[in-house]
Amino acid sequence: MINRRSLLARGALLGGFTLAPQLALATAGTDQRLVFIVLRGAMDGLAAIPPIGDPRLNQLRGLLAQPPEQFGALLPLTSDFAAHPALKGFAGLFAAGEAGVVHAVASPYRERSHFDAQNILETGGNAAYALKDGWLNRLLPLLPAAPPPVALSATLPALLRGAAPTTSFAPSRLPDASASLKARVAALYENDALLHRLWSEAMATEMIAGANDGGAANPQGLAASAARLLADPAGPRIAVLEMGGWDTHAGQPVRLANQLRQLDGVITTLKQGLGPAWSSTLVIAATEFGRTVAANGTSGTDHGTASAALLAGGRLQGGPAAGRVLGDWPGLQNLHEGRDLLPTTSLNSLFAGAVAGLFGLDPALVTRRVFAAAPAPALAIVRA
Amino acid sequence: MSLAAIALNRFGLGARPGDSAPADPRGWLLAQVGQFDPRPAVITALPDAAAMTLQYRQNLGQLRRQVVVGVRPPGDPEPPKDPEAGAAREMGANQAQRERRQAFAQAYGGQVNARLTLALTTATPFAERLVHFWANHFAISTDKLATATMGGPLEFEAIRPHIAGRFVDMLLAVTRHPGMQFYLDQAQSIGPNSLLGQAARRRNAPRQPGLNENLAREILELHTLGAGNYTQADVAGLARALTGWSIGGFVRRPLGVAAPDGQFVFQPNWHEPGSVTVAGKPYRQNGEAQALAILNDLALHPLTARRLAFKLARHFVADVPPPALVERMAAAYLASGGQLPALYKALIDAPEAWAAPLAKFKTPWDWLVSSLRALGRENVPPMQAIGALRELGQPTWRPGSPAGWEDDAARWAAPDALLRRVEVASRIAAPLAATIDARSLAPRILPGTLSSATASAIARAESPAEGLALLLVAPEFLRR
Repeated sequence: MINRRSLLARGALLGGFTLAPQLALATAGTDQRLVFIVLRGAMDGLAAIPPIGDPRLNQLRGLLAQPPEQFGALLPLTSDFAAHPALKGFAGLFAAGEAGVVHAVASPYRERSHFDAQNILETGGNAAYALKDGWLNRLLPLLPAAPPPVALSATLPALLRGAAPTTSFAPSRLPDASASLKARVAALYENDALLHRLWSEAMATEMIAGANDGGAANPQGLAASAARLLADPAGPRIAVLEMGGWDTHAGQPVRLANQLRQLDGVITTLKQGLGPAWSSTLVIAATEFGRTVAANGTSGTDHGTASAALLAGGRLQGGPAAGRVLGDWPGLQNLHEGRDLLPTTSLNSLFAGAVAGLFGLDPALVTRRVFAAAPAPALAIVRA
Repeated sequence: MSLAAIALNRFGLGARPGDSAPADPRGWLLAQVGQFDPRPAVITALPDAAAMTLQYRQNLGQLRRQVVVGVRPPGDPEPPKDPEAGAAREMGANQAQRERRQAFAQAYGGQVNARLTLALTTATPFAERLVHFWANHFAISTDKLATATMGGPLEFEAIRPHIAGRFVDMLLAVTRHPGMQFYLDQAQSIGPNSLLGQAARRRNAPRQPGLNENLAREILELHTLGAGNYTQADVAGLARALTGWSIGGFVRRPLGVAAPDGQFVFQPNWHEPGSVTVAGKPYRQNGEAQALAILNDLALHPLTARRLAFKLARHFVADVPPPALVERMAAAYLASGGQLPALYKALIDAPEAWAAPLAKFKTPWDWLVSSLRALGRENVPPMQAIGALRELGQPTWRPGSPAGWEDDAARWAAPDALLRRVEVASRIAAPLAATIDARSLAPRILPGTLSSATASAIARAESPAEGLALLLVAPEFLRR
């Protein structure tokens, strides 16, 4: 049955005007941009940002303390910390005041399950699956109106799930379905609440993103898509990227170096693609937990506790994290449960401080509204 | 909606045009578990895990001998200074890498093809769905070199033979399989106080062998008790008990017993001596018997029973299954001494399983299989199927994590994923539109669930191909 609404929707779609009305009319109420990179599998913070000033590192890690020879030498960041040589672009940004690190950071979770820990990282809760929505979704009502945040993946990560509208996009290598079929699908989903919402968002996002970036498996391609979406004056202001492959139980040196090189490429691609918008952008790369300080029997590391979070973006310039390693370094003398880097900063402190500073919100309000389940004092990350 | 339609679409893999409605839907489903063929010809024709282990070992040897674009394996001599010799060597390495990729693609393609062909042609679709379910429960991911071609062998050799038996037998088969052993780094986990560990300490070897707790943790968290139901001490205990559980042919360590490529072998000289405690119970056995006893107990633990029941009920009935149903299923499993058919029977007997209308949003695999079945396809070129599954977000045996694919709508019902389904539907419908009339096919595929809105959208489609594509992406076809 065709009613007036479905006719209007069809007409609009067939005319090539495929932006959903609420998106087409919206202009973003803020020019600040946030890119969140979820590092799934537990990135080894001690290998990414090794504490070169701590003599215990070499004692406890043995051969694993040095990156593989072919990647070159560690890149000193401060007198106490260096970057893994695969993080060359990141180290350059750090020197220019456009990158920073928060070390010995962890969520409130103290067990060692990836899946529970990622859920807590993404929901901002204090127990796995206790919260049904992601913390970024709870942040949205506090922000000026803008097109919905976008996840650069075919499906929606827990970080963005919740009541506020969000969307997802992954570049496709398939031939496009015809405009006619899309219009008829839109009509067919008119009376199905879930499918109608998903379809409208897919159409709107497809319009903005435009060109193909070479496939969903390529993190740099996804970063280029994210940059294009965020750079658009009428585009979303928040993007989420996901990178797996950090669970380095065996053969860590080369595997981790390749992972870090990809992450470095993602960050430099974002800078390049965002152009002038880079100056109002903050990138946060965080993982669910760290890895054991000592190497295991298979040239790898097992599940640990605290790790490092990487920050980048022109928005860091002149702020507390610009070219700094923040956090209260606990040293490697006293380890959590005798095996892991001791957590001294809550990831929620970092997240709350970062988004409050970026979007000009009261940090106490963000903590109360977004991180109520596991509140922690907001850490100053960017200049007000 | 008729019980026959539920049996075909919710419990089966989707109706085919020629399927007749089963007269006794419950009996039809239960009988399949006994009629299921675990080793059909399409599988026995493929190289097995042993062959794949051998291939992996040869590849590894080749990789170690050659310079691989920019990365020099540790211990490799300096690259030659003569640029021409260097270039020749690099060309040789590139050639070898191409050949390796081709061999992997061929093996993986053959495995996906076998899985899909079975799903499209089977006489026991409920049993095939159970295979897919258990393979995802015991997921490995083919994104590691060592497991790149192990997805098929693990499912064909460790899952299929056991879906109609005891859960513990499947657990043991998986734990001993090279696919799982390589994926979770078990094959080289060595007790620090084993004979090998002691010898390495005496020699002051630069790299001391040691424990790897990866497999032990996931057995507790994913395969049996579930997250939150075990402690770090349990992980350490099970990891110690599992030392020595290894794979022949691939692992080169001193003091090892020789065994054929890819075959499970217990290495007594790598086993950590002494008793361990897991889930509050001490295990004083020596050698292989220790982990065997633990796995036996874990399989029959009430928390395992509840976890298996919950996952199975979530898979078939609803993202949040009725708690009473889960309890009944868990009780039936325990009462039977851990027999999987008892679990299935409790599910099929439950009125709840036949009540909730279309509560499940199909996963990409479910959706693609049911689409191809609806179109009457019995095979698809493997590269096409692999490409489609990757674009749809669910590449076969590649979930990226031992937790496997998520089994709820929150994961799969996303804007971009929906757009991909429309694109794939349009592509697979196009070549068949000349021979299939979507208007008469729709009520046969969706008996009792086809809505008048979908029927009229199909009837008014611009072309036969568009009508067929609309059927495959209709709200009632995206769910089961």
